[in-house]
Amino acid sequence: MSDVQDYKSSLSDAGSRKFETFSYLPTMDAVGIRKQVQYIISKGWNPAIEHTEPENAFGYYWYMWKLPMFGETDVDRVLAEAAACHRAHPDNHVRLVGFDNYAQSKGAEMVVYRGTPV
Amino acid sequence: MAAESSTGTWTTVWTDLLTDLDYYKGRAYAIEDVPGNDEAFYAFIAYPIDLFEEGSVVNILTSLVGNVFGFKAVRALRLEDVRVPRAYVMTCGGPPHGIQVERDIMNKYGRPLLGCTIKPKLGLSAKNYGRAVYEVLRGGLDFSKDDENVNSQPFMRWKQRFDFVMEALHKAQAETGERKGHYLNVTAPTPEEMYKRAEYAKELGAPIIMHDYLTGGFTANTGLANWCRDNGLLLHIHRAMHAVLDRNPNHGIHFRVLTKMLRLSGGDHLHSGTVVGKLEGDREATLGWIDLMRDSYIKEDRTRGIMFDQDWGSLPGVFPVASGGIHVWHMPALVSIFGDDSVLQFGGGTLGHPWGNAAGAAANRVSLEACVQARNEGRELEKEGKDILTDAAKHSPELKMAMETWKEIKFEFDTVDKLDVVHR
Repeated sequence: MSDVQDYKSSLSDAGSRKFETFSYLPTMDAVGIRKQVQYIISKGWNPAIEHTEPENAFGYYWYMWKLPMFGETDVDRVLAEAAACHRAHPDNHVRLVGFDNYAQSKGAEMVVYRGTPV
Repeated sequence: MAAESSTGTWTTVWTDLLTDLDYYKGRAYAIEDVPGNDEAFYAFIAYPIDLFEEGSVVNILTSLVGNVFGFKAVRALRLEDVRVPRAYVMTCGGPPHGIQVERDIMNKYGRPLLGCTIKPKLGLSAKNYGRAVYEVLRGGLDFSKDDENVNSQPFMRWKQRFDFVMEALHKAQAETGERKGHYLNVTAPTPEEMYKRAEYAKELGAPIIMHDYLTGGFTANTGLANWCRDNGLLLHIHRAMHAVLDRNPNHGIHFRVLTKMLRLSGGDHLHSGTVVGKLEGDREATLGWIDLMRDSYIKEDRTRGIMFDQDWGSLPGVFPVASGGIHVWHMPALVSIFGDDSVLQFGGGTLGHPWGNAAGAAANRVSLEACVQARNEGRELEKEGKDILTDAAKHSPELKMAMETWKEIKFEFDTVDKLDVVHR
């Protein structure tokens, strides 16, 4: 039993908080995020940016950063909006969304800037 | 066959003349050879819509697979497929919520959902059972599940199970910051008892409950689906007894028909087979009935065993659930076969992790996310699966351990129920 590893997670350790898709992977680098934006665009989904204070992350509604970028196909413009949102709210979680209007759902959603969890 | 499954009996009776039998009788309109089988034929039979009570899967099945299956004159008989007209579909309630609403309720997007059936199937006390649930949920799974034969036995009565499981769920939610569910099985000896358990699950704030639609029966299932729609609880459907009906290639009811009946009767999840795990399921046929669960219009496609176009009108889609003998090594194939709108359930493949349930859950979550990321980047999962998992394991000791534990486990048996194709 000595080589059994403890699973480190607790209510008191804010590092245990996750934020859904891709939050069990290491923080994605810029190249990785760019590929995910490209994926959203290639699916024909509408990119959007949302953010929240980490203490309110569990709620369904985060703050919209401006409006969803309907019809946007330029990866750099999407990345620039995410960066602008992060600059304006450096302590918040910032997530990238791909709205799939055919399914009336989000086809993709991932946190691209991780705030300080609580 | 057409007569026995519609208006007729074995002889002519005088009361036949009191009605318009030409209108009400079933019609055998085509007979075809079955490819690769010298002893069987496809018989195509059409029925007038008035033969079936609106919104009643029970009535459909009582007619279509009633007395006729016991006819001495036929050696064997199998219901391969049914086309349900849109006009009839629209009289059925269907899934209480459907895929899109479930994603919104559970707040999970852009990936398959992850689950785990708690083992051992039977024998745990309610408190120990809740412990197993807590561990898998805190480790990163979205759902845990009562096994199908967990109802309310002497060693664990339903009420204690519900109480302990819900405490486990709430703590895992607070700890991870993610929404969690546990399929509380409300399958019960009587409908009254079933509703009593469902009401208590609702009182505790459970997001999802579970029912066995074949052993529980379609009357109970349709009623429970309606209750779930009214009360905002998701409904997971298990399919115990299906293989009794659907596994013999010459006799019984094909699973694609049982799938269609469930989509009419109502359920938000339905077990579909895994293609790659321990349980039976031909790949092309499985892809066919997965489409029948999720899509709104499915075209006839004999290469996948689909005999008719099927229009689901406005019924929402059902999540296919892949469960049974799967582990992290299967993840690339599962993500590739099932896509995002699926629930992947690892029972032994979570609980069998040498470091425990939470580590097993984390291993599965990491491997899932690594596969989804790679797929989105345009990589071919089934070809590059090993590299993708090996890379991901560099950052996850839990995944590394899981890969070492299960690297030799395979289930390579030939399928018993194959699609009908010419083999000579």
